[in-house]
Amino acid sequence: MAYSEKVMEHYTNPRNVGTLDKDSKSVGTGLVGAPECGDVMRLQIEVDENNVITDAKFKTFGCGSAIASSSLATEWLKGKTVDEAMTIDNMDIVEELALPPVKIHCSVLAEDAIKSAINDYRVKNGMEPIALPKSHH
Amino acid sequence: MELPIYLDNNATTPLDPRVLEAMLPYFTTKFGNAASRNHAFGWVAEEGVDYAREQAAKLIGCTEKEIIFTSGATEADNLGIKGVFEMYQDKGNHIITATTEHKAVLDTCKHLEKLGAKVTYLKVQEDGLINLAELEAAMTEQTILVTIMYGNNEIGVVQPIKEISAIAHKYGALFMTDATQAVGKIPVDVNADGIDLLAFSAHKMYGPKGVGVLYVRRKNPRVKVTAQMDGGGHERGMRSGTLNVPGIVGLGKACELCRLEMDAEAARLSALRDKLESALSVMEESYVNGNTQHRLPHVANISFKYVEGEGLMMAMKDLAVSSGSACTSASLEPSYVLKSLGLSDDLAHSSIRFGLGRFTTEEEIDYAIENTKKAVNHLRDLSPLWEMFKEGIDLSKIEWAEH
Repeated sequence: MAYSEKVMEHYTNPRNVGTLDKDSKSVGTGLVGAPECGDVMRLQIEVDENNVITDAKFKTFGCGSAIASSSLATEWLKGKTVDEAMTIDNMDIVEELALPPVKIHCSVLAEDAIKSAINDYRVKNGMEPIALPKSHH
Repeated sequence: MELPIYLDNNATTPLDPRVLEAMLPYFTTKFGNAASRNHAFGWVAEEGVDYAREQAAKLIGCTEKEIIFTSGATEADNLGIKGVFEMYQDKGNHIITATTEHKAVLDTCKHLEKLGAKVTYLKVQEDGLINLAELEAAMTEQTILVTIMYGNNEIGVVQPIKEISAIAHKYGALFMTDATQAVGKIPVDVNADGIDLLAFSAHKMYGPKGVGVLYVRRKNPRVKVTAQMDGGGHERGMRSGTLNVPGIVGLGKACELCRLEMDAEAARLSALRDKLESALSVMEESYVNGNTQHRLPHVANISFKYVEGEGLMMAMKDLAVSSGSACTSASLEPSYVLKSLGLSDDLAHSSIRFGLGRFTTEEEIDYAIENTKKAVNHLRDLSPLWEMFKEGIDLSKIEWAEH
């Protein structure tokens, strides 16, 4: 299967690879997927006092599309408020990266990772976690 | 050296130019139907087929009359298994095979189960070899066929064929082997090995696609299979259909070359394979899959833990290899062969198969080593699992999100 140019581009030059301090109160960490399924994403956000995401980092174990989906997600997250970040939909990622149907699960995982990171941040800061719709898997 | 480098010779091989040369006249001037008995065009085509049959027979140590040409190994597997099941149904309905067989065998057996066959799927040991005691324990009076592959297509392990056929014969069953990966690569002799039926195809041994062989023993015992393709009664009535003369001529030439060059080529390939394997297996957390003693000379299957195979192949973009990961399939299930060895799903997802071939050079292997190392290191830098492993976190203790 050939990959789209955008997937190749993100895969070759992944944005925001790295690790934020998971113990910091201003950092939310989402770890989703499972090694047995062949993809695990860890996505982290750093949020300032105005509820704006100032930094985002990822590391992903998975195929090229999974890596590209998480790279794109970190790019989109930076500068958004947490509320805005909640509205990122996996289909936006599918469209942007031109993912074929067999790779849609990669975008779903990226959306799950965003929401899971936001919830981690909320819980750390004394807020209720947002109820998430059941995973699409 | 040209890029990309082809290291997927267990999937298919390039046609040897000498094979192509032998085939070409049979598309144009020698185009006759080998079954046309009454004119020179037919005779010329038949001569080509006869020579090919002789070469195929020599390669596996049988007689010309025991060679049935088919469209490939899949058809040969189907004809052998279904043909025996139909022909010997008065004797029994039990077939024994193994979980690591090719789908052409497994799915044929599944099909026969719907038609009343009882099939035993033997598990393999951690190294990919079947357990002979388990085979013997599975034999019954109803067992008509034991079909176990010669060399495995994913990990290259070579089964103890002589011992397996001896057990099958001891209980009065026939022994068949899918030898697609082994014929032409290592010595295969149907008499020394006690093989009653054997399948192989040309395109895995530098011949053309679309042509293969089913060997059917004619003496001690005389084996019969019910035709699965009815028509003009070609191939002693076992496989009707006008012979694919250029393809068969190509298969014959490919067999001849493999036979003449096998010893030197196997030594050359196993040296290259060992070089590749030892360079890559010294990397941290990398594991060679399958038995490393009893195996084909040209395959290495290695898992690079904490890296996903498909992502890894993308980083090895100048290398054409294959992976046991199956991220593209809807099921997300990794290789059933690797899982049969007891590999955990994550290690199966992390595997790469390197398949060397006649045209693989040492320069290419050196390049492949560097390219693979770089790709593995690059992806480990991206891998949260690698980071956790390095921090000493036990990944098996983590409760992974439902997925």
